[in-house]
Amino acid sequence: MKHLVILGAGTAGTMMANHLSHHLKRPDWRISIIDEKTEHHYQPGYLFLPFDIYEPEDIVKSIDEFIPKTVDLIQGSIERVVPEENKVLMADGNVFVYDIMIVATGAKIAPEETTGMKGSEWHHSVFDFYTFEGALNLRNKLRDWQGGKLVIHITEMPIKCPVAPLEFAFLADSYFKHKHMRDKVEITYVTPLSGAFTKPKATATLEHLLEEKHIQIESDFAIEQVDNENKKIIDYGGREIPFDLLVTVPTNKGDALMERSGMGDDLNYVPTHKATLQSKNYQNVFVLGDASNIPASKAGSVAHFEAEILTENILRYVKGEPLKEEFDGHANCFIETGGGKALLIDFNYTHEPVEGTFPFPGLGPLRLMKESRMNHMGKLAFRWVYWHMLLKGTHIPFVSATMSEKGKHYDTATTH
Amino acid sequence: MEKVIAGKTIHVNDEGFMTDFKEWDNTVGEALATENEISLTPRHWEVLGYLQTEYKNEVPLSIRKIGKSGVVDIKEFYALFPKAPLKTATKIAGIPKPASCI
Repeated sequence: MKHLVILGAGTAGTMMANHLSHHLKRPDWRISIIDEKTEHHYQPGYLFLPFDIYEPEDIVKSIDEFIPKTVDLIQGSIERVVPEENKVLMADGNVFVYDIMIVATGAKIAPEETTGMKGSEWHHSVFDFYTFEGALNLRNKLRDWQGGKLVIHITEMPIKCPVAPLEFAFLADSYFKHKHMRDKVEITYVTPLSGAFTKPKATATLEHLLEEKHIQIESDFAIEQVDNENKKIIDYGGREIPFDLLVTVPTNKGDALMERSGMGDDLNYVPTHKATLQSKNYQNVFVLGDASNIPASKAGSVAHFEAEILTENILRYVKGEPLKEEFDGHANCFIETGGGKALLIDFNYTHEPVEGTFPFPGLGPLRLMKESRMNHMGKLAFRWVYWHMLLKGTHIPFVSATMSEKGKHYDTATTH
Repeated sequence: MEKVIAGKTIHVNDEGFMTDFKEWDNTVGEALATENEISLTPRHWEVLGYLQTEYKNEVPLSIRKIGKSGVVDIKEFYALFPKAPLKTATKIAGIPKPASCI
């Protein structure tokens, strides 16, 4: 019996387990999925937790609920992978030998990469919202914060869900308005990028929104250290930004397991072919989700589109057929803009987000790059879609894995 | 769009980054540096040369990578090309603005 091993039972790994369980069956195939955690977190929910929009129970479910019964869920920690020998060495001494391995170990924050970030003010006046603890501690802080300088900060790219810090800024504006204390809070958005976002058209739209909401932007800021004593962040050029409350997105890195196994780059991301999702170094290793180094967004929607294409490629690999070079970097993200509205963006490796309609060309009902209530409803409905369709690998109707150019208002030269 | 600099015609995008590295030479580099209010020292040239080599080898550039390159540390990189060093240095080097993120 052949063995397919999936590392990581987060969004990407769980989707692959569900997809593949329909195709690779006993007695020919055994599928195992390994994760040391027992809880599955709906990570987009971390954004809403600090503002008391979601409760912890909206975000956390048991990991085994989403793994098909025909797949072996192995809960334990992995010591090391030896890809040259097709082996996974477990911390408890067990060894799994695989024919095919899928790496879906994700990305996590590494505040220790920045001097002073994890210092005396960590989770007192310096918070992250990319972990459950961070988001929850921040919620408790915000509940009785009296106002002052709120600095929302990105350490360095790439990060998971690159729009999340902007959404945080917009939601904070809304939250303090609602609490009748917006005039007591000065909001500053600090980014290492030259503007609010990475793609020109979306940047223009988002900067307009920041201005409308009286959120200051400080761009090209490459942080050197957090000064805990004087409560300020300082960049390599000596620029200083004071804060009373710092909400930072620390450096994101791939899992330390990839470093231990010699499989990662300088940020522990696994070198991966961007169109086939096959590892660049090992033919029988495939990578999806945040764990890979492909130049696509680190987001659940990307993992979802990747999973559809990777399933096909793994079946081709099993049959000895050439892989399809089909993944185009498709991402689809709702951006909460506060006040019960949201934007929607749809883009890929070559096409930046533009205005238009989605998913039906000319009809919508969702509008791209424009604020609307319908988009916000879409974002909230997405939590249901996530738990009930996305993780189970159910195809989302009318939304294809590769991006459609229909219904989008491209100039003649918008492709990059 | 086209731009005439140091007596040569070069092609640049909206942000002023050259779109064809073949059009770059040391005089163009000097002129682009002057436009960005930087006068190039031998140290600047070393860094520019390193960035161009990385570009030719298709290595994606980031502040982190440059800091670990052994060629220049981040502090000095900022001193050489103040404010937004990666953007300014790549512009002068005639290579595309690094797509550091998505």
